[in-house]
Amino acid sequence: MVTVSEVQTEAQFEEVAPKKPWTKVAVDLARRQPLGVFGLAIVIVMIIAAVLADVVAPFNPLEEHFDAMLAAPGTDGYLLGTDEFGRDILSRLIYGSRTALLVGFVCAIVGSTAGLVLGVASAYFGGLFDLVLQRILDVFMAFPLIILALAVVATLGPGFENVMIAIIIPFIPQCARVVRANALAIREIPYVDAARALGFSDARIILRHMVPNVMAPYLIMLTTFLGQAILLEASLSFLGLGVQDPIPAWGLMLTNASEFFEGSPWVAIYPGVAISLSVFGFNLFGDSVRDVLDPKLRSR
Amino acid sequence: MSKYARFALALAVGTGLAMGASGPAKAETPKKGGILNFIVAAESPSYDGHKESTFAMVHPTRPFYSLLIRVNPENPSSPTDFICDLCVGDLPKPTDGGKTYTFKIKKGVKFHDGQTLTAKDLEATYNKIIFPPEGVSSVRKSFFKMVESVSAPDDETLVFKLKFASGAFIPAVATPFNYTYSAKDLKEHGYDWHEKNVNGTGAFKFKEAVAGSHVEAVRFDDFHMAGKPYLDGYKALISRKMAIRVQAIRGDRAAIEFRGFPPKQRDDLVKALGKEITVQESDWNCVLLYTPNQGRPIMQDPRVRQALTLAVDRWGGSQHLSRIAIVKTVGGIAFPNHPLAATKAELVRLNGYGTDLKASREKAKKLLAEAGKAGLKFELLNRGTDQPYKIVGTWLIGQWRQVGMEVTQRVEPTKSFYNSLRKTKEFDVSMDFNCQSVVNPIVDVSKYVGSAGNNYANFAGKDQELEDIYNQLVQEGDEAKQREIMRVMEKRALSDMAHEGITLWWYKINPHRSYVKGWKIAPSHYLNQSLDQVWLDK
Repeated sequence: MVTVSEVQTEAQFEEVAPKKPWTKVAVDLARRQPLGVFGLAIVIVMIIAAVLADVVAPFNPLEEHFDAMLAAPGTDGYLLGTDEFGRDILSRLIYGSRTALLVGFVCAIVGSTAGLVLGVASAYFGGLFDLVLQRILDVFMAFPLIILALAVVATLGPGFENVMIAIIIPFIPQCARVVRANALAIREIPYVDAARALGFSDARIILRHMVPNVMAPYLIMLTTFLGQAILLEASLSFLGLGVQDPIPAWGLMLTNASEFFEGSPWVAIYPGVAISLSVFGFNLFGDSVRDVLDPKLRSR
Repeated sequence: MSKYARFALALAVGTGLAMGASGPAKAETPKKGGILNFIVAAESPSYDGHKESTFAMVHPTRPFYSLLIRVNPENPSSPTDFICDLCVGDLPKPTDGGKTYTFKIKKGVKFHDGQTLTAKDLEATYNKIIFPPEGVSSVRKSFFKMVESVSAPDDETLVFKLKFASGAFIPAVATPFNYTYSAKDLKEHGYDWHEKNVNGTGAFKFKEAVAGSHVEAVRFDDFHMAGKPYLDGYKALISRKMAIRVQAIRGDRAAIEFRGFPPKQRDDLVKALGKEITVQESDWNCVLLYTPNQGRPIMQDPRVRQALTLAVDRWGGSQHLSRIAIVKTVGGIAFPNHPLAATKAELVRLNGYGTDLKASREKAKKLLAEAGKAGLKFELLNRGTDQPYKIVGTWLIGQWRQVGMEVTQRVEPTKSFYNSLRKTKEFDVSMDFNCQSVVNPIVDVSKYVGSAGNNYANFAGKDQELEDIYNQLVQEGDEAKQREIMRVMEKRALSDMAHEGITLWWYKINPHRSYVKGWKIAPSHYLNQSLDQVWLDK
């Protein structure tokens, strides 16, 4: 028989497991997940650029310099050149990272969280609720991501908020489907039955006992969505359905460049590189998060 | 030499200079044969000229039809040089104090289906345009306000009776949308038949149309002008993307685009193709406006609207935007350089046209502060078309920012844009335009009157003074007096009340393959598109 005094406290456990210095943790992680750390570095640079845009951008991104229209990179202090209105491309890229990150994080968090709630609820309640919800999600999943987003923007109209809604909607069923599959397995574990037998409310069982156990797929989906959201926002802006001038946004810069890239290729190259690099960074980071959180992959 | 003649001469000289690269003009003998491939930036909603007002309809379909009169294809820059198409000889002189025009109609003109054209066909056509039955759309009906009746006393005579003499009548008849339809077709098939069917007397016959791809035509051997057309046929290729249109010409998959390219694309083509490209340029009877919605409280104060115009650097914009967009000329309400248009000395007296930009912007800030609207925030509605709408819209936002306004932009696809501008009127300020075909300032400036069907500023009934000025202009026969009235109207509409804001007039640039001969640029992308005089020097 175990008495209370014999139970080790959390503090005692911590004493048993010696703490590694954070530098060592970082080095270990870098050794095990070098690409993930590279991706994280890109993400961190983006975040720093977005947060400190007012400090690091050399020019006001809205300021037009008509004496330097389509100036080549390196001309008159314009490191990456200027666009057709003489606006500094580097400054617009830096400020554009705010748009990209805002859309990326808001859409990824809202989309995956809504998916998490629906997925767990669907698995927990089962029956008719599960059947109906899954068929509704099937309808949404029948469309490719960009097509569904286009349909939503076409219905709601262009604009920043509508673009975010258009990106969030296709994310929800994707996350819900993955989370539900995990939650179905957890539902069958005895502790859930025990909690039910003890008379806990559905909300408590879902939030305290099921949701924490599906956090791994949730986080994997969330990091995957970050890159996808940035790409989708850029695609919609490129098609003229997203953010509008003069707000700096990478997809918009790319579409504006379409008339001028032949003679001034830098107007298209740098926004293109920014989009590719950020999506690449988020994808590498997301893959590593998946590898770390997925026990099956951890040993490989 | 009259002012109109001097104007025509100036345009001709300007165009000639612009075409300098093509070398001195010399008489060339047209060669017969060949297919002209040209590219069109949009697809027409229908083929009915009386219902549509887009170049996307004119370019592929104008060669199917004849007009009663047309602009002279040898001198399309002139606002007064009209010649007979289906009529005989010179244009008729009006009788009855300028109130009756009698046209003699050509004999033996055939429709593509073999019918013979008579004055009855023209009578039916013009009655449809001017007096359409209820429910039948005729977008240029208002051009013919002065017409009392149209009749055909016999097969070779067409008579227009006017309510009052008007210099705007002949240009209205020459409008390129006035396609001549067969009276029999209208009677038997109804007034909607021409939306999807073609039966004209033009130089080319319809061959086929593939939605989203092309419209194809072949020579009409019974065309009423002897020896014409020179081409065996043409193919109008549809492509919305400018990059594709430019590449089509570069790769010789198309020889010309009749609407116009921005300067950058012209330069790219010239650089790539050298002498294989000829460039024609002209002022364009098309002006890009912004329209403040006076239905919205923030735009009801004239001081706010004056501040909007005062913030805009039109002279600088002309210099800078003309490098990247199809706009260039600073002007007032009338087509620039026309005898009725304002000179620079007259323009600079208007709010927003002054050469002291700093003073103008200080005044704008002061007016906003007086109106209690410092730091004004509003939304600009714009059309999802790069040239020139989005470029000029973005530039305007930058101009307004200089006086402390915070402006966001809402860009909508064309159909939705028109819906917001014309029907739901959901906008604070919107981009707008006034594009016309035949240069006819007295009719063209009707756009600036609140009661006009194409004025979307929502001040109908709120500026009777402006209505009275316009009515005086329409009924004035003397050119010098017309000019004076035009200045008064311009000051009222653009400066004192600032109902509308003119940005810049469009500038037409047509780079085309040098082997395309016989086509001359006109001050409108709707004009001179019959193609009967075009030939290929291959």
